[in-house]
Amino acid sequence: MSRQIGDVILDLQQVSLSFGGVKALNDISFDVREHEIRAIIGPNGAGKSSMLNVINGVYRPQEGEIILRGQRCTRMNPYQAARAGISRTFQNIALFKGMNVIDNLLSGRNLKMRSNLIQQAIWWGPARREELAHRAKVEEVIDFLEIQHIRKTPVGRLPYGLQKRVDLGRALAMEPSILLLDEPMAGMNVEEKQDMCRFILDVNDQFGTTIVLIEHDMAVVMDISDRVVVLDYGRKIGDGSPDEVRANPEVISAYLGASH
Amino acid sequence: MGFFIETLIGGLMAGMLYSLVALGFVLIFKASGVFNFAQGAMVLFAALAMARFAVWIPAALDIGNPVLGTGLAFFAAAVLMFVVAWLIERLVLRHLVNQEGATLLMATLGIAYVLEGLGTSLFGSDIYKIDVGMPKDPVMILEGTFEGGLLINKEDFVAALIAAVLVGLLALFFQKTSTGRALRAVADDHQAAQSIGIPLNRIWVIVWSVAGVVALVAGVIWGSKLGVQFSLATVALRGLPVVILGGLTSIPGAIIGGLIIGVGEKLSEVYLGPMIGGGIEIWFAYQLALLFLLFRPQGLFGEKIIDRV
Amino acid sequence: MLYRENGQFKTSYAADQQIFPIAQDRWAMLGLLLFAFVGVPLLVDEYLFRAILIPFLILSLAALGVNILVGFCGQITLGAGAFMAVGAYAAYNFHIRIAGMPLLGSFLLGGLTAAVVGIFFGIPSLRVRGLYLAVATLAAQFFTDWVFLRVPWFTNNASSGSVSVSNLQIMHWQIVTPVDKYLFCLSFVTVFALLAKNMTRCAVGRQWMAIRDMDVAAEVIGIRPLFAKLSAFAVSSFFVGTAGALWGFIHLSSWEPAAFSVDRSFQLLFMVIIGGLGSIMGSFFGAAFIVILPIALNQFLPALGSVFGISISTAGVSHAELIIFGGLIIFFLIKEPHGLARLWSTGKEKLRLWPFPH
Repeated sequence: MSRQIGDVILDLQQVSLSFGGVKALNDISFDVREHEIRAIIGPNGAGKSSMLNVINGVYRPQEGEIILRGQRCTRMNPYQAARAGISRTFQNIALFKGMNVIDNLLSGRNLKMRSNLIQQAIWWGPARREELAHRAKVEEVIDFLEIQHIRKTPVGRLPYGLQKRVDLGRALAMEPSILLLDEPMAGMNVEEKQDMCRFILDVNDQFGTTIVLIEHDMAVVMDISDRVVVLDYGRKIGDGSPDEVRANPEVISAYLGASH
Repeated sequence: MGFFIETLIGGLMAGMLYSLVALGFVLIFKASGVFNFAQGAMVLFAALAMARFAVWIPAALDIGNPVLGTGLAFFAAAVLMFVVAWLIERLVLRHLVNQEGATLLMATLGIAYVLEGLGTSLFGSDIYKIDVGMPKDPVMILEGTFEGGLLINKEDFVAALIAAVLVGLLALFFQKTSTGRALRAVADDHQAAQSIGIPLNRIWVIVWSVAGVVALVAGVIWGSKLGVQFSLATVALRGLPVVILGGLTSIPGAIIGGLIIGVGEKLSEVYLGPMIGGGIEIWFAYQLALLFLLFRPQGLFGEKIIDRV
Repeated sequence: MLYRENGQFKTSYAADQQIFPIAQDRWAMLGLLLFAFVGVPLLVDEYLFRAILIPFLILSLAALGVNILVGFCGQITLGAGAFMAVGAYAAYNFHIRIAGMPLLGSFLLGGLTAAVVGIFFGIPSLRVRGLYLAVATLAAQFFTDWVFLRVPWFTNNASSGSVSVSNLQIMHWQIVTPVDKYLFCLSFVTVFALLAKNMTRCAVGRQWMAIRDMDVAAEVIGIRPLFAKLSAFAVSSFFVGTAGALWGFIHLSSWEPAAFSVDRSFQLLFMVIIGGLGSIMGSFFGAAFIVILPIALNQFLPALGSVFGISISTAGVSHAELIIFGGLIIFFLIKEPHGLARLWSTGKEKLRLWPFPH
């Protein structure tokens, strides 16, 4: 891979998160470097989704720090995270079911839109120009993800695999510097997974986006990630390159186990 | 001082009536997760049925004994409410399983309209009287403690007693019986309850029937006091703030909430009213509910509303 | 065969994003507007204006407002009547207290006042939703009922509790006859419908719909729930308030708070449900339906009854109206939750394929 992996862009220090009496994350520390693909793996219930939710401000950790580009961002809410350049996809596709594909992608451009309500109501100059400019941008994402044929379809009508792709598209439309992917290949067949892998790699390659990825498919993880973090029962039990993690006995016993 | 206590007691007893209506709301919400906007219409429908049956049945069966006549009328009205519950389940609820709350709420609004229209066309829209032998005269009590004694309305007192008994029975039912448990399961998650074999349809008929009987009792008491008239239907709107205060899932909350609203309305009307211009009763309860919504939406005793991400 | 997009290729995004991308639709809309502005005044008699067309237009405007809040942004409201009242009374006060205030100015200021009040009563939507939000809006409804009844300043200390306006004119156009009133309302409604359509197509509309569909995800992609919800309340109340001013000034000429009671709020909500949530056109369908239904029933039911030998009194008709009303709401919620607007667009889909079945 021809990218240059840069400095640490996101640093999580001793993050702990509990819900009532249940500790979802226990003293987790790891970092993410710019332009790399960082995978988070672990058995079900290990706290992976909670980890992503903490990174983009949906949950606030009780202990620990989140340092983004050198700034302490532990008390961020999701809106601030979005403004800071973090975007994400969801495990249970959180698309806007009442809108079509184009509108879903355009909603990802919201942060970049400047025109006010009155201008939009009158469909006057700045609003009109902006709307068309962002439409052009969104069409680029549509081309990139090869979903031209469904652009006017209401997303509720799309098959699961395509919905996942639109979810990715909406995250990409935000032009993020850090992209969080929550099991982007869950429930897909081999072909769809290959397509998704290709898209993820292209995003990382062409746009230099840092990617933090939760995934269960070991082959995918080993293939495309630069470094891997392993979680189990809310604790970190492994951290390093795919080969290092694969050889780690604790990881093997907790997770990889026998055949997969 | 005596006057204050009188107002307080008057408020408590008016509040008890609100609680009766709120009880119907809580029952249905607790057991099916639906907020039943039609509760007020059910009260009106039941009261109308009772009023007319009390006239028609003795006439048709030629019964002289007023107690028997009233008793039969009550029984007939209760059966009618059961039929209404069955129809509601069959025609409306069955088709809206697992729809979101807003849809179900609006469906109950539709049911409210149908019941109002049906009630008035079947039973007529004049003002009817209900006479179940409630004592009508006021009585003076505690003449020794307070000068002149306290004026208590016997009818309100009996009503409050009935309401208290009803609440006790219902609370026991929900906590101690297996049907009660099943009802709580259904309120939590329709599909999950179905998948463990709880017969959703039968449960709903049971719950709506019980709520219907509660509506009947409320209707009889209100009707006996005020006469059966259209404003009974807006009773639903009076009951809403009560469940917000008490908590939509709590039976004791319905009572406490009703008492607080009843007392609050009376006191504010008497003491606050003259300062800002009368007629406060209408909105006092709702502003109180608004405050709760902003700071404690689950009410005093309700379960915390959790939003799943 | 007739309704086809064949040959209509869009070569720019601007063309693709028109309100009526299909040429046949554009012509139909133009024809409809022409008919509405020119044809109707020539053909229709006075009774129809007063009984149907003017109420329909004004209530469509209100329904548009309610639809923006409930249908597009997903915030339920049972207090729309209150905002109509605010608009009406605010416009009234601007009209009589400020000498030389132009009529349009009073209306717009009335709408703006309603918008500000709407933002205030929309604050609970940041904390609660669904039924609980409905209760908060009811609180607004009952409070404004009381305010306009008991606080004499709003009614200019009228002893009767009702207010009236007269001698309405814009520049030199006296708005007196039903045709004048109709054209005035029609102009308002056309402009506002266009504004609404534009807003719902643009960023702000998408924000509303995102909040409606999944507000947690909306925040994650950079939409602020506070701005989206409060702007929905503001715009909605602006529309509803202006409709209230129109209702009082143009339709009623003289009114009291009861004209904007909770029954009105329910009526508006039903218009939106039956017409179609989240649809501009649906607001019009719903308003037409609800305005015409009682009149139709009044004419039709007694006749139907006499066929079966049952005589139906006027009371009977109003009872039947309630039953049919409630029944229709339930029917729509079960069968077609997207209302008449969905039926309309399904019909158009079929028309595109006609004469082929699929």
